[in-house]
Amino acid sequence: MYAYIIKRLILMIPTLFGAAVLVFVLMRLVPGDVCEIKMAGDGAFVDPEAIEICRQNLGLNDPVYVQFGQVIWGYLTFDLGTSMWTGRDITHEIGLRFQLSLQVAFMATLVAILIAIPLGTISAIKQDTWIDYVVRTFSIAGIAMPSFWLGIMIILGLLITTQAWFGDPWMPPIVYVSPFEDLAGNLSQLIWPAVATGYRYSAVATRMTRSTLLEVLREDYVRTARAKGLLERVIINRHALKNAMLPVVTIFGIEFAFLIGGLVVTEQVFNLNGLGKLFVESVETSDFTMVQQLVMLVVVIFVFMNFLVDLLYAWLDPRIRYA
Amino acid sequence: MTVSDVRTDLGAEEVVERTPWPAAILGLIARYPLGAAGALVVVAMIFAAVFADVIAPYDPEANAYEYMFTAPGGQYWLGADDFGRDIFSRIIYGARTALFVGFVAAFVGATGGLVLGVASAYFGGWFDLIIQRVMDVIMAFPLIILALAVISVLGPGIDKVIIAITIPFIPQCARVVRSSALAIREIPYIDAARACGFSHARIILRHMVPNVMAPFLIMITAFVGQAILLEATLSYLGLGVQEPVPAWGLMLKSGAEEYAESAPWIPIFPGIAISLAVFGFNLFGDALRDALDPKLRAQ
Amino acid sequence: MRFLKSTLVVSFALGLAAAWAGGAVAGETPVRGGILKFVVGSKIPSYDAHMESTFGMIHPIRPFYSLLIRVNPENPSSPTDFVCDLCEGDVPAATDNGLKYTFKIRKDVWFHDGTPLTAADIKATFDKIVFPPEGVPSTRKAFFSSLDSITVPDKYTLVFNMKYASGAFLPAVAAPYNFVYSKKDLDEKGYAWHQKNINGTGAFTFVEHKPGAYVEGKRYEKYHHEGKPYLDGFRAISAPKMAVRLQAIRGNRAAIEFRGFPPKARDDLVAALGDKIVVQESDWNCALQFLPNHRRKPFDDVRVRRALTLAVDRWGGSKYLSQIAIVKTVGGVAFPGHPLAATKEELEKIAGYWPDLDKSRAEARRLLKEAGAEGLEFVLLNRGVDQPYRVVGTWLIDQWKKVGMKVTQNVLPSPAFYDAVRKKHDFDVTVYFNCQSIVNPLADVSAYISDDIAGNNYAGYQDRTMDKLFDQMNRSNDPAEQRRIMRLYEKRALDEEALQFVTLWWYKINPYRSYVKGWKIAPSHYLNQHLDNIWLDPHLM
Repeated sequence: MYAYIIKRLILMIPTLFGAAVLVFVLMRLVPGDVCEIKMAGDGAFVDPEAIEICRQNLGLNDPVYVQFGQVIWGYLTFDLGTSMWTGRDITHEIGLRFQLSLQVAFMATLVAILIAIPLGTISAIKQDTWIDYVVRTFSIAGIAMPSFWLGIMIILGLLITTQAWFGDPWMPPIVYVSPFEDLAGNLSQLIWPAVATGYRYSAVATRMTRSTLLEVLREDYVRTARAKGLLERVIINRHALKNAMLPVVTIFGIEFAFLIGGLVVTEQVFNLNGLGKLFVESVETSDFTMVQQLVMLVVVIFVFMNFLVDLLYAWLDPRIRYA
Repeated sequence: MTVSDVRTDLGAEEVVERTPWPAAILGLIARYPLGAAGALVVVAMIFAAVFADVIAPYDPEANAYEYMFTAPGGQYWLGADDFGRDIFSRIIYGARTALFVGFVAAFVGATGGLVLGVASAYFGGWFDLIIQRVMDVIMAFPLIILALAVISVLGPGIDKVIIAITIPFIPQCARVVRSSALAIREIPYIDAARACGFSHARIILRHMVPNVMAPFLIMITAFVGQAILLEATLSYLGLGVQEPVPAWGLMLKSGAEEYAESAPWIPIFPGIAISLAVFGFNLFGDALRDALDPKLRAQ
Repeated sequence: MRFLKSTLVVSFALGLAAAWAGGAVAGETPVRGGILKFVVGSKIPSYDAHMESTFGMIHPIRPFYSLLIRVNPENPSSPTDFVCDLCEGDVPAATDNGLKYTFKIRKDVWFHDGTPLTAADIKATFDKIVFPPEGVPSTRKAFFSSLDSITVPDKYTLVFNMKYASGAFLPAVAAPYNFVYSKKDLDEKGYAWHQKNINGTGAFTFVEHKPGAYVEGKRYEKYHHEGKPYLDGFRAISAPKMAVRLQAIRGNRAAIEFRGFPPKARDDLVAALGDKIVVQESDWNCALQFLPNHRRKPFDDVRVRRALTLAVDRWGGSKYLSQIAIVKTVGGVAFPGHPLAATKEELEKIAGYWPDLDKSRAEARRLLKEAGAEGLEFVLLNRGVDQPYRVVGTWLIDQWKKVGMKVTQNVLPSPAFYDAVRKKHDFDVTVYFNCQSIVNPLADVSAYISDDIAGNNYAGYQDRTMDKLFDQMNRSNDPAEQRRIMRLYEKRALDEEALQFVTLWWYKINPYRSYVKGWKIAPSHYLNQHLDNIWLDPHLM
């Protein structure tokens, strides 16, 4: 087991290094630079000399290998550098947004679990009946709807219905408050994106719950339990569901990792000041350093989540042993 | 090349053998009602895309300023947008864009994954290790982030959109194909084939590829839906195909949101078109998976 | 259809009436108190306005600072009406044949950290802007090329000594970017300190900045303009998406947005909220242009370039586009409404502005045929921002289609767009824009002179006649003579040589919650953003 963990940890190094190279190269290939956007972005006259000074100050005129060396040296010394757009510490900028993104990811996962497990179970038990079909249609609709469109529709619905019912239109807050300061305000902002993304992410998990449960229900020990005359509900809850959870946990684990950075579009629609919005804005302003660190953050989370899921597997299922 | 031959062969013998085809279709519908519904949507979409010129009542790109924001009705069935363009015609033509991007990206992505996955499993060793690490790197990037980066580098345009969508598909498919191929590699007949002195290419193409066709086909159908959705998302972020080309995601951008209240038909109908299309491909794909997955079929 | 038209007319009427009502109550007594929430559609880079240029930083940061002189807050639509902010009395006229400006500085001004303001602070500020030390970027240094030196004869007197007389100097001083910093900060903390820190003399003091979310300020009790500001504070909320900003005002999460909304958005807000919304509108000092790339065939041929402009129906476009985009007014090279701008009769003599559209398009086809460019195919480069670029780009393509050209659009994100236009010159025809803060046509039209002289001509031509006309115009002190030369300059640029073109001028529309009082629209979203005269009417909240 320890050997396996160490092997997995070592294998992460080339993945992370590869990712670092990939983002770095991609960003340098993108035409345009941050100084141009900063100083000339609004179309007014700009002194070309000022732009040049800006480039010089940000190190954009340094040879590419020097810039890359700085990035790698930063990783080795745990220094993520400063944003080219604001000049502030990247750790500070990311930290500000991380709380929001993490909370939305948690809430969306919760929504997904609440939808997926009951629906998947019902769907498996009532396989090939109309209930099964309705559940599957509902869950596939979740994948099919573009999340940004669902977001637009939610806001539109809120504005129209609240105006019709209360006379005054209501929309979710557009500024984030921490749940520890104002829980109601916090939830009234974040519940909508959580539902929009959670519904979407529940689809895969519902399907996974259904199919693993179907498999488990055909296993010998379930047949034995049935033969013993146990109640169907007990069989499902005690035996089948517990064993079917493994792949479902995997799905949630991996999707959670994606959610952290994957809220790009939803954050746009709901004006959430999270990592996704920061990413889009940093791409728009050619903020190379910020994009680099944001992507690496998402990659690191993803790689570790995968790792944890695998360990969890080993721990949950005694049949899996990693030598 | 051979891949597509093999595919049709497989379809022919696995599904419709023996029974006359109308009966076979009815049988399939009874067995996979959701899949049939999906197939219906897919067929309708293909029909719309192929016969767009005939079906669409208006030129999808022609501006008609006197009809800006016309509500749905007799003249414009689904209303007119902010340039007075017929939304119905734009949705019909948009099916072309969506299907083109969807099929090309799905096919190229899945084929790339197939080649890499099988080769990785067959050769193993260092080759496998390196390929897997590269796949890890790509997989670790969230899909949308990778697409955004690629578009930023290459610039927008339908061909670039396809590239951006294809890249993340490759490792997804390679993973699945590799694990199926690994299982096959252990079966003695591959060793037998080697012992006979067959070339690598021959063993891979004749023995391994046909045996991973099921996951390959399942991946393709899943990818088409994903690709349509991704294309819409990229267009929504302003990185996909560009005006005045009719494309569903593009129809949801720009004015659509601002005018959502007073002209709700502008965002609603393209959104439904996207959802329905992806929905159709997913249902169809699910049914295909059920039909092709030997484990489930055994029940 | 008929229904739609009538609702449009009604909402237009409502909008205008509301705007008029807003103007009529301007004489009310302001009430103190309240927090103004407004939405900002762009991002804050650093806080140092001397190097930045985006309204994304002007809107939230400008209220913390003062200027030496500013556009008259009670009359911001006038391009020549400047009043003192940190100086006393009226804005001084130049003496010594235009070679000297002497400002008396107020004695009742303190920086937020308690340091009293003197003329030395203002000198230090303008020294940083005009004569920055090496390695310190100053974006608009070139606007002050007529300035020779700044002297401080006594603690409260400031003198600008000019190299030569220039009508462009005072407008440059009044620019909203010239935040006055304290000399002490510059001396002790260095020239980069203001990028991340704030210490001004403005109506509000800095409270908090949550990057990506909001900036908060609260009333500065020792503000030098008597009785102001009226607000207890403000909160500038970041909302990059137009739809979110619109919804924010609809859902009362914010009271106002200072850049501008498209016309349909105004109509929808008015239709939904009635008299809870007030609208102010103004011509906007931004020309939406399109530039042919003279370096590239066939756009090196004047006939092809003329065909491009002749195909465009500006008068019709004004009518239709003004319903879906933030553009409206048909104009030439100078800001419409300015004395130096062309009248309608003068415009109608310029190619592309002819009243007879059929004649214009027939001429376009003829020219294309003559140049051997029938059915010309090219790519229109555009910027990935909806309003107004993408909307107008889509319209332009349809216009060109009417004379048989086949045009596709390449919309690039801003960084790539600038790279293609400014550095690589990689385009056939591109949408471009000339956006300035203070209205100053003499300086603003510099984009039309040869590209080896103008810093912001990206069409890629040299035309010495244009350069000569520009010089003559700027050296003349006679407005009538300036106007005469401007006509020649304009005719040559837009028609005879068809160098680069104006499609329409932007049109600024600000619908906002009617409880916001005291704010007056300016022809630029950079101007009149100090917020010291805004108050909230509690009866309307």
